[in-house]
Amino acid sequence: MSGDIGYDEERVGALLRRLPPAPAGWVQAAQELPQWRRSLDDVVARAEADLAFRDALVADLEAALEQEGYEPDLRLIAELRGRYRKR
Amino acid sequence: MRQVPATLTDSQLVQRCREGDPEAWNELVERFSRYVYAICVQGFRLREQDAEDVFQEVFTRVYSRLDTLRDDSAVRPWIAQLTRRLCLDTLAAGSRVQPSDEVLAPAQEQALEDLDEAFAVREAMTALSEPCQEVLDRFFARDESYRTISAELQLPAGTIASRISRCLVQLRERLEGRNEGAAPSSE
Repeated sequence: MSGDIGYDEERVGALLRRLPPAPAGWVQAAQELPQWRRSLDDVVARAEADLAFRDALVADLEAALEQEGYEPDLRLIAELRGRYRKR
Repeated sequence: MRQVPATLTDSQLVQRCREGDPEAWNELVERFSRYVYAICVQGFRLREQDAEDVFQEVFTRVYSRLDTLRDDSAVRPWIAQLTRRLCLDTLAAGSRVQPSDEVLAPAQEQALEDLDEAFAVREAMTALSEPCQEVLDRFFARDESYRTISAELQLPAGTIASRISRCLVQLRERLEGRNEGAAPSSE
């Protein structure tokens, strides 16, 4: 170790190795979180205000979303499927 | 290219996320993604699928609960705590054992302490020049060889080796407080 605080180049290098990048797809999915949450809030609000839209979601979720121009995000579909399923 | 500078303090970054700045959110995820990932896979040795689930859940909670953070400068320990809790829950769900409520094995505690120190080193690295940050990240964190870095950066391997050496010295000096306030050099 060198210096008062006790870092040497070997130690610094070893610490840098401890933080490799997270898988790029994981990072991207987390970064897209606000976008899909906005879509979720939007769809839910519309479904509460528009019974026909709600029925369309229940009948065929993916088709209803596509028809209204929503991106077919897997997390959005999974979340909505939990809320609007056929009984 | 980053739209939000990596030099923003954690408090400034959190504030901008609260204001709904999408680029700030991207930077927050970028800043803490390695740390969360490392806690999952090194600190708790989660399987890849479990680690991914925890990783996404951590950022989902950070996004939805950012308003509840009392001290914006404490976002790193808050994220660490969230990650740790979710890792313990995941392990408990797999083993049907109740989480031991933050009582970890000494080796596990040491691993998490090392990750905190590693995060501090990466923070110090942001004060170095871009070429320094890039070469150190490629060589150490991404485990790229001299040959790969040399090809990617179109520089002789000898230049890469000497740059790594110089940049490492700069980083160590930065960590030891010798270079505070100095502008990043060209290398």
